[in-house]
Amino acid sequence: MSTLAIHNARVIDPALGRDGIADIVIVDGRIARVGPNEGDAVLDADRIDATGLVVAPGFVDLHTHLREPGFEYKETIATGTLAAARGGFTTVCAMPNTSPALDSRAAVESVLREAEASATVRVLPVGSITRGRQGKELAPAGELAGAGVVALSDDGDAVADPSLMRHALEYSTRFGLPVAQHCEDPALVRDGHMHEGWVATRLGLRGRPASAEETLVARDIALAELAGAHLHIQHVSTAGSVALIRAARERGAHVTAEVTPHHLTLTHEEVAFGATGAHDRIAYNTNAKVNPPLREQTDVDACVAALRDGVIDAIGTDHAPHAAGDKDIEFDLAAAGLSMIETAFGLCMSLVHAGHLTLPTLIERLTAGPVRAWGLDQRPGLDGIGTLAPGALGDLVILDPDAEWVVDPAEFASMGKNTPLTGRTLKGRVVATVYGGKVVHALEGLGV
Amino acid sequence: MTTRTAPTEIAGGAAPAEGAWQHQHVLDLDDFSRDEIEVVLNLADRMREVLDRRIARVPALRGQTVINLFYEPSTRTRASFELAGKVLGADVLSLTASASSVTKGESLIDTVRTLRAMRADVIVMRHSSSGAPYLAAEHMGGGSVVNAGDGTHAHPTQALLDLYTMRKHFGDLRGKRVVMVGDISHSRVARSDMWGLSKMGAEVVVCGPPTLLPRGLRVADRPAHAEAALPRVTVETDVARAIEGAHVVMALRLQGERQQGGLLPSLHEYAAHYQVTAARLAHAHPEHLLMHPGPKNEGIEIAGDVASGGHSIIEEQVTNGVAVRMALLYLLCGGAERTAEALAGGTR
Repeated sequence: MSTLAIHNARVIDPALGRDGIADIVIVDGRIARVGPNEGDAVLDADRIDATGLVVAPGFVDLHTHLREPGFEYKETIATGTLAAARGGFTTVCAMPNTSPALDSRAAVESVLREAEASATVRVLPVGSITRGRQGKELAPAGELAGAGVVALSDDGDAVADPSLMRHALEYSTRFGLPVAQHCEDPALVRDGHMHEGWVATRLGLRGRPASAEETLVARDIALAELAGAHLHIQHVSTAGSVALIRAARERGAHVTAEVTPHHLTLTHEEVAFGATGAHDRIAYNTNAKVNPPLREQTDVDACVAALRDGVIDAIGTDHAPHAAGDKDIEFDLAAAGLSMIETAFGLCMSLVHAGHLTLPTLIERLTAGPVRAWGLDQRPGLDGIGTLAPGALGDLVILDPDAEWVVDPAEFASMGKNTPLTGRTLKGRVVATVYGGKVVHALEGLGV
Repeated sequence: MTTRTAPTEIAGGAAPAEGAWQHQHVLDLDDFSRDEIEVVLNLADRMREVLDRRIARVPALRGQTVINLFYEPSTRTRASFELAGKVLGADVLSLTASASSVTKGESLIDTVRTLRAMRADVIVMRHSSSGAPYLAAEHMGGGSVVNAGDGTHAHPTQALLDLYTMRKHFGDLRGKRVVMVGDISHSRVARSDMWGLSKMGAEVVVCGPPTLLPRGLRVADRPAHAEAALPRVTVETDVARAIEGAHVVMALRLQGERQQGGLLPSLHEYAAHYQVTAARLAHAHPEHLLMHPGPKNEGIEIAGDVASGGHSIIEEQVTNGVAVRMALLYLLCGGAERTAEALAGGTR
């Protein structure tokens, strides 16, 4: 019998509405007791003194690219889940844009087998909507559900054909799987490489207009209402999308949504001007190239407000590791995506420090929010995910909301060093991560 | 960034203070000061004089290696740089790289480092990807990169030769109305000209069909803090209004593929509404100049009679292009450390 006692933390558990000083005792991988001085009664335990720190349920990421199988030079299940642990995430939903795509039982099972062998935290696979992510024929959703996927997505690409998307939504209802869409109409983005706006004009780069996202959000909401299905909008990035989602939810449509840390904090100016913000010189920072692209401040503000109001349910990192050779090339040839999972909490904390979000709300959107959005706690073996209620999974994170640290990608566990945040000071840090009652990440000096 | 100074005795009488030239690379004109532009244009005057000699050859850049690295086909810009280097006595090598070298696994960074390892002093680069010369510049060690046109971003040497040519006719560009007509969205020439002209105090007007105007050019379309992040220009879609009172009208090349891309109904329709014609130029300033960066499609963006008419200075642009590129190569290769005699030498 193994016991872990965490003493004197500020415990924030949004699922239970708890926010106060308490001890937490984990016995054999499950939360046993939570309450003031509960740890004192436990004999023979590993102990962590968390005085002055915050303890929350382990974060749940609805949007992670682990790259395995097929792109192990970018990331593996082993490195990606270690990075997740360092970012405070104890559950990651692995996107299916692997090679082969996760469009069959065999492919999904291979991911689960590899996760069993090498993952640091829980991996929940997402199956593809269409066979080979080609957007032509439906992938076997029933077979995928049986293999254990928690959602369907062709992420990276949208299902462009409206008729096929309608059928995907209809068919998904039989198996209770959310259909998660990367909303950008390929016919409108064409070969755009950043947000269409004045920065793209300055750089002479073709743009991806906000309307390319909004037209697909509007279309898919209409299709989801027609089908009576659960549509999940991935990485919302524009004020227009937020308005559409808000209206759909007010009508009672089953639409959920996520937003990334970068779309909550960075704008298209990041590509050309970086952290300095000075407009006299330009750069072509491929580490700020991402789809959907970083947008304008009004979009950022709308996304933050929607996250605060709960119109957006969850923060999804869209952790998208790439190798140096995918990024150290011409901007229009460079791969899109950011290595985000290790900086997600620190970056989002800037919203708390600026007064846009409370810490409990931020934690809700990283824990109970994503669980509720996809109904993860309804799945076998996942009851009690995203909360610290007695009996729940022993997944938690210890946070220092005020610790300052400088982002250095050389220190990432992720193989993807592609971050626009290099050298930036973030305030708010993951001190330790506990998964199934075991400490899987701890900064030096915590004494664990 | 290495600091280099222009010798005033070469730059001529009304030269800006020594030290105005601050560039290791020439990537666009957005980071040029008015004084730096003046240094180049003044020196180009001396270069033009060298170029017009019977035997146009001086040893100013002897021992310097200039490599033209062109990832896109080009006749005039490449020839212009090649001549500029040769007139000044540099060793000039022209390489036609294809985008296929990317598929062969040779990255742009590899190529630049390799050429630098061979002691290339200047790489003159044309590339279909916007920003490619910026990537090259990061890996050029102590050498220089000159942008000879990158994607739809910039073409600073073309802009400098345009400024030089206009200045030769007007002396001072302040308050002069310069109108660019055509495919503004895809024109790297227009983008660099906007910077250069606005820095020199000209009134810049860009005119094209709404489908060929990039977003955010109008100040009202940018947030307040970004007001100065793009050159101040007036945007017009009506060519008659744009040309009204213009001192300079510049027609931009229209690519036929814009029609296939759904941006234009037809070339005929484009010509009907945007071709620079004698009738439209009747409303320009009586002393107006007509320019075109070339290669031109007569009968589409510009009428043939106008292109070869009395106001046209299109050929003069080409000659001036060599002089301006000579000036840039000279400055980049440490012209400051060389003596004025190097330029004065050679045979008249």
